[in-house]
Amino acid sequence: MSENPSSTSTKISSYLLMIVLIVMALSIVALISAANFFATDFEFAVFMLAIGAIAMGLAVYVLVQSRKRAASMKIEAPKVMTTIECRKCGIKNVREFQRGDFVFKDLEDCQKCDDKLIITAIYKEVKEKEKTYGV
Amino acid sequence: MNMLAVLSLLLTGAGDSISQILSVLFYVVFIVFIFYGQRIQMYVMIREVEGSLYKLKYIKEEGRKITIETIKEIGKPQTDPSARVDRYLEYFTITPQSMDPAGIVHKLDHILDVRDTRLKDEVKFMAPASDEVQVNNLENTLEAAMALNYIYKVVRHFYIQGKKTLSLYIIMQLQMILPLVMKEAEAYASALKAFAYGQPIGDGAGPLVAAKLMHGYKTREVPKDCVVATVPLEGRTAFIIKAEGPGGNVGKPGDAVKAVVDENDGKIASVIMIDAGLKLEGETVGAVAEGIGAAIGGPGVDQYKIEEAVVKHQIPINAVIVKEDIGDAVSPMRKEIADSVDKVIERVKSVVLERSKEGDKVIIVGVGNTIGIGQ
Repeated sequence: MSENPSSTSTKISSYLLMIVLIVMALSIVALISAANFFATDFEFAVFMLAIGAIAMGLAVYVLVQSRKRAASMKIEAPKVMTTIECRKCGIKNVREFQRGDFVFKDLEDCQKCDDKLIITAIYKEVKEKEKTYGV
Repeated sequence: MNMLAVLSLLLTGAGDSISQILSVLFYVVFIVFIFYGQRIQMYVMIREVEGSLYKLKYIKEEGRKITIETIKEIGKPQTDPSARVDRYLEYFTITPQSMDPAGIVHKLDHILDVRDTRLKDEVKFMAPASDEVQVNNLENTLEAAMALNYIYKVVRHFYIQGKKTLSLYIIMQLQMILPLVMKEAEAYASALKAFAYGQPIGDGAGPLVAAKLMHGYKTREVPKDCVVATVPLEGRTAFIIKAEGPGGNVGKPGDAVKAVVDENDGKIASVIMIDAGLKLEGETVGAVAEGIGAAIGGPGVDQYKIEEAVVKHQIPINAVIVKEDIGDAVSPMRKEIADSVDKVIERVKSVVLERSKEGDKVIIVGVGNTIGIGQ
């Protein structure tokens, strides 16, 4: 394993990509020969067609899987929201989190009643529901 | 075209040659699996571990990058902090000798104090322009990066050892615990950004409840890094304790509880502790549960001190927890956890009503990291 993380990840993907490209090229050759032999040797053409289709399918599957894996490597920052409230008139506003925000921080005056606006909550929303596995 | 010719030759040789080839192939595969089955299984496991190790390496490097960028952005250092960060990531703490366990808690307490002071000093050196809140946040960020670095090194150690010895059992053990290790590493990775930005995390459920109870009341500092507010609650006097926010800080609730108990000569009707509790699979995030005992994690020093204080004065100790998993505890606070605060307050009030009389004094402690939560 090399010490540079970006080079290691590139090394894996280019190696994989090379294999996928070779398999794809071979499957294309098989599909072309299937088309060529279709009129003269039907059995052979069907055989080549099956091999070509399976190889092409596998190559695409591996490519999609490796792309998924690469995407899962990213550290995604979740969208964090800040709730701002006026305790006096009950006005409530939700905006995206800004650096420096903290719960119970006093902000500017409320436009309606001149009381101080405060941050009452900071949270992230998780969209996907947890699987229950039927129990 | 040569390959095609061979293939067509094989095919025109009728079904017999194909079936012969297939049977020979089957026997070869069968024999190979008899002799090399375990080795093949091991190589499959090694591949799996290798994939996770690459991912861990990526996460660790990203963690280091985020940390350095945050230090440069907030701390405005004169020199490049990378070398110092790398040194920090390799810091270790030696726990006290436990052959004679008497007095070990105080020894551990001392070691942890020294560690905390040392790490804070390092952060101040790395980021001279940062204020107290930012120093705490940066310290938390560095600790998350440190945890990721350690996880990566341990997994790499067993991976290399397994490859060196070709021992199925080393690789198998590593492969078996890998999903849990990866889950923890991913949790720390998302914690990094939360700490860097100063966002509240799931572990802050306790301090959030305490902050909501004490908001608007005068607070004073209690040892160590904690604040206490005297709040009238359901006809009782409640001493609400939490770590001082909004910087990333857990304080020392053990010392704080002891100080408040001593100030009141032990005349406390009940201690109620609120903390984030680890949920089991299948339980709902943000669910509230009630129990008995000192609800506090960590190395055990604060739990020991609280138990000592309540036992000395025979004070009943109750606990309310908000359920969440390890990932939720160290990543930005989920809405379900933030929404559970009102439910926890209701639960605390009912415990106060049931477990104390009017005019009594109670202590309510919000335990956890108070990052992004003021008071």
